[in-house]
Amino acid sequence: MRMMTFAKRNVKEILRDPLNLLFGLGFPLVIIFLLTAIQANVPVALFEIKHLTPGITVFGLSFMTLFSATIIAKDRGSSLLQRLYTTPMNSVDFIMGYTVPIIPIAVCQCIICYVAAIILGLKVTIGILYAVLFIIPVCLLYVVLGLLCGSLFTDKQVGGICGALLTNLSAWLSGIWFDLNLVGGVFKKISYALPFVHAVDMERAVLAEDFAGAAEHLWWVLGYSIVLLTLAVMAFLRQMKRQ
Amino acid sequence: MEAIRIENLSKRYKDVLAVDNLNLTIEQGELFSLLGVNGAGKTTTIKMLSCLTRPTGGDAFLNGKSICKESHLVKKIIAVSPQETAVAPGLTVRENLELMCGVYEVPKDKQKEEVAKLMHLLGLESVSHRKAGKLSGGWQRRLSIAMALVSRPEILFLDEPTLGLDVLARSELWELIRTLKGKITIIMTTHYMQEAQALSDRIAIMKEGRLLICDTAENIKKSARTDDFEQAFINIIKGVAK
Repeated sequence: MRMMTFAKRNVKEILRDPLNLLFGLGFPLVIIFLLTAIQANVPVALFEIKHLTPGITVFGLSFMTLFSATIIAKDRGSSLLQRLYTTPMNSVDFIMGYTVPIIPIAVCQCIICYVAAIILGLKVTIGILYAVLFIIPVCLLYVVLGLLCGSLFTDKQVGGICGALLTNLSAWLSGIWFDLNLVGGVFKKISYALPFVHAVDMERAVLAEDFAGAAEHLWWVLGYSIVLLTLAVMAFLRQMKRQ
Repeated sequence: MEAIRIENLSKRYKDVLAVDNLNLTIEQGELFSLLGVNGAGKTTTIKMLSCLTRPTGGDAFLNGKSICKESHLVKKIIAVSPQETAVAPGLTVRENLELMCGVYEVPKDKQKEEVAKLMHLLGLESVSHRKAGKLSGGWQRRLSIAMALVSRPEILFLDEPTLGLDVLARSELWELIRTLKGKITIIMTTHYMQEAQALSDRIAIMKEGRLLICDTAENIKKSARTDDFEQAFINIIKGVAK
């Protein structure tokens, strides 16, 4: 009950901020429409709706990192967390309460992107349903990244690190906007050593119902999620002790 | 009957001894004030008693429960209204109270009644649907105290409850604190001498982590050989009083 109450509060705080809705939902939709319009005039295989949509759904999750990190950092900066630390709430309640509520928001974001993609001509297949399901582990990756950043940085720093740095990293190193093979070399190696491109490749494979192709990337996503979750929990507990 | 027994409580932060071997007993239903200049150790004492920070020495017993060994039990009987207003800014007044109901696991069917009671007690009905972040400082303090009362605590810590409030808001909050007096044990820190004198059953004055005196306002004035409580405080802090 404690965790659910806290999670509910976090959902309300996130969804009541119009900027969150604008960036979390509006921005990915604008990109889908814009790139589809470009593709209609100048055909580029990468921007075909079946390739573009999985990438955008993953890119949209970088805003979930921002939401998650911002709310944690803001709470740390105020006395609210201090008050809650004097209640029977334990560390599991806090960590789950910050991570769990973002997942349904992310799934909704993903569904809305696919609805927009269907309107723009994406063929309706069972692959869409799988793509929405497989977004959950990717979402976990981005949310724990938010938990980590929110536990380490102030709300102002979070704006810069998650709002600018992470969204750019997630965009450039994911193969959404350009084929990484075109750049190749170290850039490609770095990209494939990070989880973002694996998340996009996994979503593209799942949408195409190529589960064998998705499996390899899924392990990358889950591996990074577990490592980041461990670090995030350690960072959160450390700041909890400090407060 | 004693509500709080503090035994040789100490807190050291690296080279700074924030609280030095504090010994105190506070009775049930008492309104007890901690006074001192900045860095006296008041907030650190409250943080230790409310299980926010672990003592480096000694222990304290809140209704018989040790803050060192039974902090999970202590947390069930205390509530804290921190120095800065601790509210969820994006939630309404009612939702903030419901949040605390959930945190203390007040049964669903009783939450509505509990929230209504508290809003009535604190006079929050007129702002119940306003977002906490949009309220004035005075209203936020009221809400902060209401949130602390949700759990029906046996011991309530008020850390600088009227800091930064205007005269009217402060006087209204005094009235509120008076209504709670006797019903629960209240430990309050304040910088305002008048506030401590007007509200407290007993007052402790601290300096550099040590307890200098602990008595009623009248007896403190007598000890400091002055009729003015503020002067008595200055005399004691400066070591003029014998």
